[in-house]
Amino acid sequence: MDFFMGIKGKDFVLVCADTSAVHSIISIKQDEDKIIPVDTHKVFCIAGEAGDRVQFSEYIIANIKLYSLRNETGLSTKSVAHYTRGELATALRKSPYHCNLLVAGFDEGMGPSLYWLDYLATLHKVNTGGTGYGSYFALSLFDKMWHPDLSEDEAVAMMEAGIAEIKKRLVVAPPHYIIKVVDKNGVREVKKV
Amino acid sequence: MLLDTSVLEVRYNSSRAEAEPLGNILAADGAAAQFALPAVKDIDAFEREVVEMVKPSHGTTTLGFIFQGGVIIAVDSRATMGSYISSQTVKKVIEINKYLLGTMAGGAADCQFWQRNLGTQCRLFELNNGKRITVRAASKLLSNTMFSYRGMGLSMGTMVAGWDPTGPGLYYVDSDGQRTKGQVFSVGSGSLYAYGVLDAGYSWDMSVDDAIELGRRSIYHATFRDCASGGTVSVYHVTEDGWKKVRGDDVTECHFEYYPDPSNHPSTGTPVI
Repeated sequence: MDFFMGIKGKDFVLVCADTSAVHSIISIKQDEDKIIPVDTHKVFCIAGEAGDRVQFSEYIIANIKLYSLRNETGLSTKSVAHYTRGELATALRKSPYHCNLLVAGFDEGMGPSLYWLDYLATLHKVNTGGTGYGSYFALSLFDKMWHPDLSEDEAVAMMEAGIAEIKKRLVVAPPHYIIKVVDKNGVREVKKV
Repeated sequence: MLLDTSVLEVRYNSSRAEAEPLGNILAADGAAAQFALPAVKDIDAFEREVVEMVKPSHGTTTLGFIFQGGVIIAVDSRATMGSYISSQTVKKVIEINKYLLGTMAGGAADCQFWQRNLGTQCRLFELNNGKRITVRAASKLLSNTMFSYRGMGLSMGTMVAGWDPTGPGLYYVDSDGQRTKGQVFSVGSGSLYAYGVLDAGYSWDMSVDDAIELGRRSIYHATFRDCASGGTVSVYHVTEDGWKKVRGDDVTECHFEYYPDPSNHPSTGTPVI
């Protein structure tokens, strides 16, 4: 099952995802990047059913790009999160997309933000958030460790502590993870675990 | 000209209809009323289950991998309907064009139809754009088709393999709409067995002959353990000059080739005292 965690820090958001592509009990590959860039300063971490994940994210990202081309202005992380929620809600009673996601971004003037969105179109603005079985182990730990002035090093250490706990306790723990950070300079990969 | 609707009138206004109770008419009317229905509670669910059972499908083993010398695709050739082997000579590699191959696992009809459909889409792309379609684009066309029919009962797990100006390509596409690029894939009920042999023997630098043999051997071992896979092993090799079929061996002959002495076979039982 897909695993994602996000931590909002002082002037950045840190996100982490496992890199397994799974089909029933078979792992198809171990180098899938599930943290998808939306634009220079936003990412989606999308978990969910195989086809839905890719189709939904491509659809949303294309529309966001179209909006910025037409209006000569980009969307804020907040707008992207609400737009995505709206699309999920519209699809919900037709042919739902089964995907849960984290939206992480950094906006000029507004700072970092992290949104948690599930397939039923529930949207939360959070400081730490996650999806998948792994998040049950890591969330409590993050609640204990999180504070508003978190530095990047502290957040990376938190994330590694979370991953260590998952590897220790979760039966179906994924073997590899990727950590990325979004800040005023854009999106960059911090490390692979 | 007026339509002659008297046929309809006679049916409902005839004296026979007035004289006889409705039940008798229905009974006499056609086979439908006499057809005994299966004694089950939920007939729709029962029917779905039965259709699923007799649907010719492939308990299959297919595999594909990219290595230094190109792409290898290897498949078995058995089709089953439930526990019945309905064919031992199915062609599970679909030759989309000279440079593209598709493999089939899942529903036979779904695979054949949609990969033929992919073939037409690829040809149209060539005619419209004056160049060959990439493996990446072709697999995306198929996954888009699959996604538009998602949840409607299609069943297929396929690999799209080939060669384009960017080099060798291998993609896994299935009826859920999943599409992933990769170096080593195996699909079907025997895929777990095939992966075992394939992962153990695979290396990027292997020679073409070794790669062909690895593909063949992986399928053979899968057919040995998976009762829904069997028949013949077909191996295809794709290079920049297009695909070429390089093997087509009966798995039974493979068995006696690999294990001429049955007592040396790893699954030979030893008597328990």
